[in-house]
Amino acid sequence: MKQIEECYQILKDPNGYVKRFKAESGRKVIGTFCSYAPEEIILAAGAHPFRLFGSGEKIRLAEAHLQSYCCSLVRGALEDALGGRLAFLDGVVFPHTCDSIQRLSDIWRLNVPACFHLDLILPVKLDTDGARQYMIDVLRRFRGELGEKLSVTISDEELRAAIRICNRIRAALTRIYALKGERPEILKGSVLYALVRAAMIMDRTRAASFLEEVAAEMEKESTSKAAAWPKKRIFLSGGVCNHPDIYTIIEEAGGEVVGDDFCTGSRYFSGLIDEKADPVTAIADRYLERVVCPAKHRGLTNRADHLVRLAREKQARGVIFFLLKFCDPHAFDYPYLKEALDQAGVPSMLLEVEDRLSADGQLRTRFEAFVEMI
Amino acid sequence: MAEKDEEKEKRKIKTVAKMKEIMTAYYIDAKTAGQTGKKVAWITSGGPVEPLIAMDVIPVYPENHGAMVGASKMGADLCGKAEAMGYSSDLCSYARADIACAPINGGPIGGLPRPDMLVCCNNICGTVMKWYEVQARFFKVPLFILDTPFCHTGFSAEAKRYVKGQINEYIAFLEKACGKRFDYDRIKEVGRLSVQGQRLWQEILDTAMNRPAPISAFDAFFHLALIVTLRGTQQTVDYYKMLLAEMRQRVSEGIGAVPREKYRLLWDNLPVWYRTKWLSEKFASHDACLVADTYTSAWCGALRYVDENDFLGSMAECHTRIYLNIGVDEMARQVIEMADKYDVDGIVMHSNRSCKPYSFGQYDIQRIIREQKGIPTLMIEADMVDERSFSEGQIETRIDAFIEVLKGKKS
Repeated sequence: MKQIEECYQILKDPNGYVKRFKAESGRKVIGTFCSYAPEEIILAAGAHPFRLFGSGEKIRLAEAHLQSYCCSLVRGALEDALGGRLAFLDGVVFPHTCDSIQRLSDIWRLNVPACFHLDLILPVKLDTDGARQYMIDVLRRFRGELGEKLSVTISDEELRAAIRICNRIRAALTRIYALKGERPEILKGSVLYALVRAAMIMDRTRAASFLEEVAAEMEKESTSKAAAWPKKRIFLSGGVCNHPDIYTIIEEAGGEVVGDDFCTGSRYFSGLIDEKADPVTAIADRYLERVVCPAKHRGLTNRADHLVRLAREKQARGVIFFLLKFCDPHAFDYPYLKEALDQAGVPSMLLEVEDRLSADGQLRTRFEAFVEMI
Repeated sequence: MAEKDEEKEKRKIKTVAKMKEIMTAYYIDAKTAGQTGKKVAWITSGGPVEPLIAMDVIPVYPENHGAMVGASKMGADLCGKAEAMGYSSDLCSYARADIACAPINGGPIGGLPRPDMLVCCNNICGTVMKWYEVQARFFKVPLFILDTPFCHTGFSAEAKRYVKGQINEYIAFLEKACGKRFDYDRIKEVGRLSVQGQRLWQEILDTAMNRPAPISAFDAFFHLALIVTLRGTQQTVDYYKMLLAEMRQRVSEGIGAVPREKYRLLWDNLPVWYRTKWLSEKFASHDACLVADTYTSAWCGALRYVDENDFLGSMAECHTRIYLNIGVDEMARQVIEMADKYDVDGIVMHSNRSCKPYSFGQYDIQRIIREQKGIPTLMIEADMVDERSFSEGQIETRIDAFIEVLKGKKS
């Protein structure tokens, strides 16, 4: 598929892509840090939201600002900024999530002066009326502040148009994920990874139509081809995943990825925004209702209920937890999520990673052992 | 020898005995709550304790418990147990120790009394919320979260509204958990005592502005327990009055916390609980006194926002604008203010693996201090409870080298 080739080109050099896009479109580029950054508002302001992951460069400059017990996502992003690799950013948005991102925001503000800086101090608990009102207030403030930084006034019409684009992306990715769950052999895991990843980087209007095309082609293919002999169905759980290789290794070990709850995966696109309601309220409601990042609170078993439900829905034979080292919120949830899966009769394994995967052979052996066991 | 003992005796803080008595009685009271029919709430160190006192609920502090675990050198064992339960060794050691204690009644006091409710304020970190979620699932008790939006560069009007609204939610939560109405007259009295306690605590810390300082940060780490656990009670006010009188007496007699105070230092971050004695002796051997710290002063930092006539009303701001819930540049500004106030020669920063919000940003604070004040700083890598992260040889060498730097600057 030519769309997939386009994705690979973008992922080979995301910064290069966005610099070209910026030059061609004249749009301002706003770096964002997590799936709680309201891309709709950024798009409505005529700017381009660009998710930052850290490029995996060796940490040298960030050493002077962040200790070694800070996660590679936070250190890596700062390294990129200090190394001048993000000089094309016009601004950066820090949604409040974990303690590390919170301090990264401060350190960035004090040391990366070239681009403007906005904090989006979201509520941490998301299950009360007061928190909902505060979420709406915060997004309204953000709309105003971003408009001010970009010297534009963001109208409701522009917001609705941006919501429609984001909804199209979400709906298309949902279709692709659904197909991947039903007929995993149709799409390689590394392709799925590339599609979602590219959606967080590329021109969103282009992404919307292109993902719709991919979804349509996949649907066509699934009806024309007979189902292949099913491999063992694996579900992935965790936060940020920057490693397309794990899909290939899992597939080679005899498994097939049927879904995930990553914030760089299904959590990024799950839940549509009501296109008819007041736009800011509607954006707030999606964040409030979507399954939480573990740095947020929405009841005591929100994430376990979600994980068990998804694992069952996708008929997963096993779950692989993919945790970023030094990510406290995810590490705190791991024992109870594992217990919930145990009770549901779903075996799981834990893989802790830093910015680089452990030696290929070692990982392969672990996956093979797990796939064999389930 | 006799002279030396006499000298040591003179330097001992006499009020310590009273403190031990109060804390023992408090823990007996808490541990027997099941028999006396009193309710027990577990609460975070930065949490709003006064409404609990007003409702006759016994507040219990897992963080204080964590400190006791550390001081008893039981940290490595309990943290290891938590790791066997699936909790990563990179997580906060207070949380790991406490989570490991719960199912086995482990630790120095045979476990904390079972909670009837949990009260968590995330003004100190996001970790406490995850930790309290774990305990709420384990004990199957209600959890109240006071969500205090982070103040990177200020405290917005909408954040203020949000937190104020939560104070009412908190009261409703307590009324439900206790099965009785909230006493709005009683909270005024508790609030008055709380403010009085905080003022006294600030005055006690301020006696260290004298040369020699009659109290060191190591003493403050110990005497802090009451302003954390029993803030809002007459007992705390009475105790700190005694302690303040003793400190003033020491000032008038010229008794210092260390025998020959030559270097005055400021400590940043939580104590290294299992090594307080070692560190205290190490610094004293160099004639260095830790005259102030950013940790114990956090329990009177809210005084600037408190309204004694509207204690409940000002609670939102007091809990949101605390030292750890502000931007790194504002923290640096406050550290510099303290450095000036206590006239320090150097700053010792504990880079604490357990506490990311306290430790990330320390390098920038260090740089700002160097640029603005030229005060030397020392960074010590350790952990507050898990002694496996403490390298004695390395830290000793670094302290010795740091004192050499101070010596060079003084001569």
